[in-house]
Amino acid sequence: MVSVLIHLVLTFGTLSLLAVGGGTAVLAEMQEVLHQQFQITPDRFLEVYSVGQLAPGPNMTMVVIFGFQLAGIMGALLVGLAFFLPSSVLCFWIGRFWNYVGETPWRRAVQNALEPISIGLMCSGVYAVGKSALDGPLTIALAMTAFMGVLFTRINPVYVILGIGTLGAAIKYWQPGLL
Amino acid sequence: MNEPADPTPPPSLWEIFLEFLLIGAISFGGGIVAYQKILLTEKRRWLNDDEFMACLAISQTMPGLNAVNIAVLTGDRLRGVLGSIVASLGLLIPGVTFVLVMGILYLQNTDHHLANLLLAGVAAAATGLLSAITYRLGHRQFNHFKSLLIVFASFFLMSIMSLSLPMVLLIMVPISLLLFRPKA
Repeated sequence: MVSVLIHLVLTFGTLSLLAVGGGTAVLAEMQEVLHQQFQITPDRFLEVYSVGQLAPGPNMTMVVIFGFQLAGIMGALLVGLAFFLPSSVLCFWIGRFWNYVGETPWRRAVQNALEPISIGLMCSGVYAVGKSALDGPLTIALAMTAFMGVLFTRINPVYVILGIGTLGAAIKYWQPGLL
Repeated sequence: MNEPADPTPPPSLWEIFLEFLLIGAISFGGGIVAYQKILLTEKRRWLNDDEFMACLAISQTMPGLNAVNIAVLTGDRLRGVLGSIVASLGLLIPGVTFVLVMGILYLQNTDHHLANLLLAGVAAAATGLLSAITYRLGHRQFNHFKSLLIVFASFFLMSIMSLSLPMVLLIMVPISLLLFRPKA
């Protein structure tokens, strides 16, 4: 049990420091590591990720569910700390350092350099999630509807997701053969 | 700290905690940074626009979630290290509580047919949402050859070559820094 906890803390602590540009950048890596080292299938990963989509606040709080599943409430607590503390401590000190030295051209350069990397990694996140979420014409149509809904309307994304999710469930429930 | 004399005293730790708890509880559907901007610069006036943009810039440069990093930096500006702690806890507590309750309920009956159908639909919609967010954040990158090259190379190494994330960063960060280094 203790070894599982240590393993979880190291895994999520590392992911915390690798999350350049936000949580989505580590989505693909998280799915892979949880599958290889903790036997969490990509399908289960996707379900937990979907629960996170419905949560208030940052969607990545869903990581605590993996901790809970693997090591109970202690696991949830430690995974939460491991995922949010290291990057926060780093940001805290860098923030103070930056106030001290003032703005330099290098900060902007670092941000410009990391931005396209993080977009590339977000594409990997979309790819990883999409590979298990899109399994036929119906789910592809749902995803495209959500894409359009988020990009071209001002509806809050959580309603888009809930509405389309419910629509998908209804179609599969009453018309399982369709699509 | 040699800032100009401010007539309003800094907010208490409790006020900071409650404000971020509110942000954490009402910011559904992503876009938390937008809620933070409104509540911190307009409703509370704890930061002015420039200070907020400076916090955002550092948050985007550093690893970690932007919204959490902004909580850390704002908390520190207002009340030092304790401010940072209460701000980030406030931001995360509502979401963590929600996912724990939902997660426990779900794990206890993973073969609930209707719940599985709903989650499958939500997962498909979430893929669309994630693509839209990636597009919205990235479309400026797609217009510049240099940026597009880095976007594509990072995706290729991660998803097609299946390298680990540390390896991808080890390769891509130096290359990208070289390309985007400040002009002397």
